[in-house]
Amino acid sequence: MRSRKNRLLTREIGLWLLALIWAIPFLFLIVISVKPTAELFTSALQLPSRIDLSSYAGAWQSGHLGSALVSSLIITGGSVLGIVALSSTAAYTLARREGNIAVIMGLLFLIGIVLPSQLGLIPIYSLFKRLHLLGTYTGLILLNVSTWLPLAIFLYTGFLRQLSHEYEEAAQIDGASVWYTFLHVVFPLLRPVTGTVAILSGLLIWNDFFNPLVFLSGTGKTPLPVAVYSFVGNYATQWNYVFAAVAIALVPALLFFIFAQRQLIQGFSGGVKG
Amino acid sequence: MTSHHSRNIPGVAHPATGRKRPNPPRHVPPWAWAVPAVVLVFLARYVAAVAGGWYAFTDWNGLTPTATFTGLENFRQIFTDQGARTALLNTVKFAACFVVLTNLVGLFLAVALNQHLRTRYLLRTAFFAPVVMSQLATAFIWRFLFDYSGPINGALDVLGLGALKKTWLANPTWSFWAVVVVLVWQFSGLAMVILLAGLQGIPQEVEEAAEIDGASSWQRLVRVTLPLLAPALAISIQLSVISGLAIFDQVMALTNGGPLGATETLATQVYKQTFVFGRYGYGTALALLLTVLIAAAAIIQQLTTRAAERRNA
Repeated sequence: MRSRKNRLLTREIGLWLLALIWAIPFLFLIVISVKPTAELFTSALQLPSRIDLSSYAGAWQSGHLGSALVSSLIITGGSVLGIVALSSTAAYTLARREGNIAVIMGLLFLIGIVLPSQLGLIPIYSLFKRLHLLGTYTGLILLNVSTWLPLAIFLYTGFLRQLSHEYEEAAQIDGASVWYTFLHVVFPLLRPVTGTVAILSGLLIWNDFFNPLVFLSGTGKTPLPVAVYSFVGNYATQWNYVFAAVAIALVPALLFFIFAQRQLIQGFSGGVKG
Repeated sequence: MTSHHSRNIPGVAHPATGRKRPNPPRHVPPWAWAVPAVVLVFLARYVAAVAGGWYAFTDWNGLTPTATFTGLENFRQIFTDQGARTALLNTVKFAACFVVLTNLVGLFLAVALNQHLRTRYLLRTAFFAPVVMSQLATAFIWRFLFDYSGPINGALDVLGLGALKKTWLANPTWSFWAVVVVLVWQFSGLAMVILLAGLQGIPQEVEEAAEIDGASSWQRLVRVTLPLLAPALAISIQLSVISGLAIFDQVMALTNGGPLGATETLATQVYKQTFVFGRYGYGTALALLLTVLIAAAAIIQQLTTRAAERRNA
């Protein structure tokens, strides 16, 4: 028994060493971002003589990170709201109606989950050009919503099929309208799915680089990843500035991760257990 | 609820007459609620994909309203152009390395962290953290680590291994592996989480029974754990195949496809050919190729999973 305990402890220490290696990039991120510019030419392994936060102010200003943060919030917030609103109502309709139309619609969304999106991107780009949606939040939000709807509807429908109709029927016997029933009875019961959908889609849209690069490049509306990308293009050798920008971009996701960790991990591993 | 209600519940036999009351028209949500979602998905996913499929066979430059049908010309160019051929090969190589390595490391971590270690939750957090970070932002950190005057070469110097120093990102062979290292660091935690969820579905008794029967821990893993873990492994592999074939952010941040196209992928080429060089027709042809690759990989995976299930059944 004792030897087993010792074996476990050895394994634990080994795993901690591995975790430390995993954390090295983050350690360098913090150390280099506070290195004074004059010390950048010393060895990369040399610790800074003092903590210099001026790179953060510099990156914030010349990288336009303030407006990028606002853009990220608008794009992510708008997309998540759109995804939740459209997928919950559509899934409710599909789950509570029968017949061929519902089946066909269900198939449309089901195939939409596995349909790769790369091929449609370029025609959408030229369509947006014609509709003057290029370089607008609306365009990118519409694209994000259309990308995530199929999976979100799949998750909502699965949950709604298991949900007892009693609550809805009770509300309707009391004379509630369909809309009132959905908003005040059904939607609150869907909270677990709403959480998964919002957190998963929100995180991936927040970190998305490709779509905003294509649809918002050259406007003042670029979100954080694109802003960091163009900032690094201009300051490639100023590692303390680059890392300050990267650190600023990573902070919101990190905070979010700390607060919603359990739900995030469940969201990512969802579907394995059942 | 009054007794009058309980007497007349639709679909339930009336206590006095024994007959079922016909269901009154229930309040069902109107079809209109599903219309926005249907229209959006139909247009942005289906119609757009079909349009992309059509443009792949034209010389469209994105500016003219009409596109001329050129048949397989774009594909002939892809397969004769050295750069596009390299990008295609790289895409497959990146995906293969990505799938094998992230799932192996993820499996190791999942099995190790499924034991009763006191700090296992903290350790899981440490390995999962990179997954939720912006791939582009974290790749820039790695660009610094791989820099010639960066920490990796610095550490080699300190260890007296200065002879091994490389220009990691400017070397055609090493730049490929540098990207792979970053991908494995970023995504092994995701495989770990998926496989941990699968491991937690395996009853403890099964493992214990194998142990009592005198199976070594290696035998337990191969004979007992892995077969039971197959469904979770299938999901993890499926996910990593799809994302592995579409690698974009890391390449753009680390090497921008260089040196001399050594790390170019189909995804980076689709972006550059279309939006940098304005070759829309050619770009959609590349996108079609990538789509076919992803679809083929997904179908092959489904078939092998089914076959394995039948064998075990």
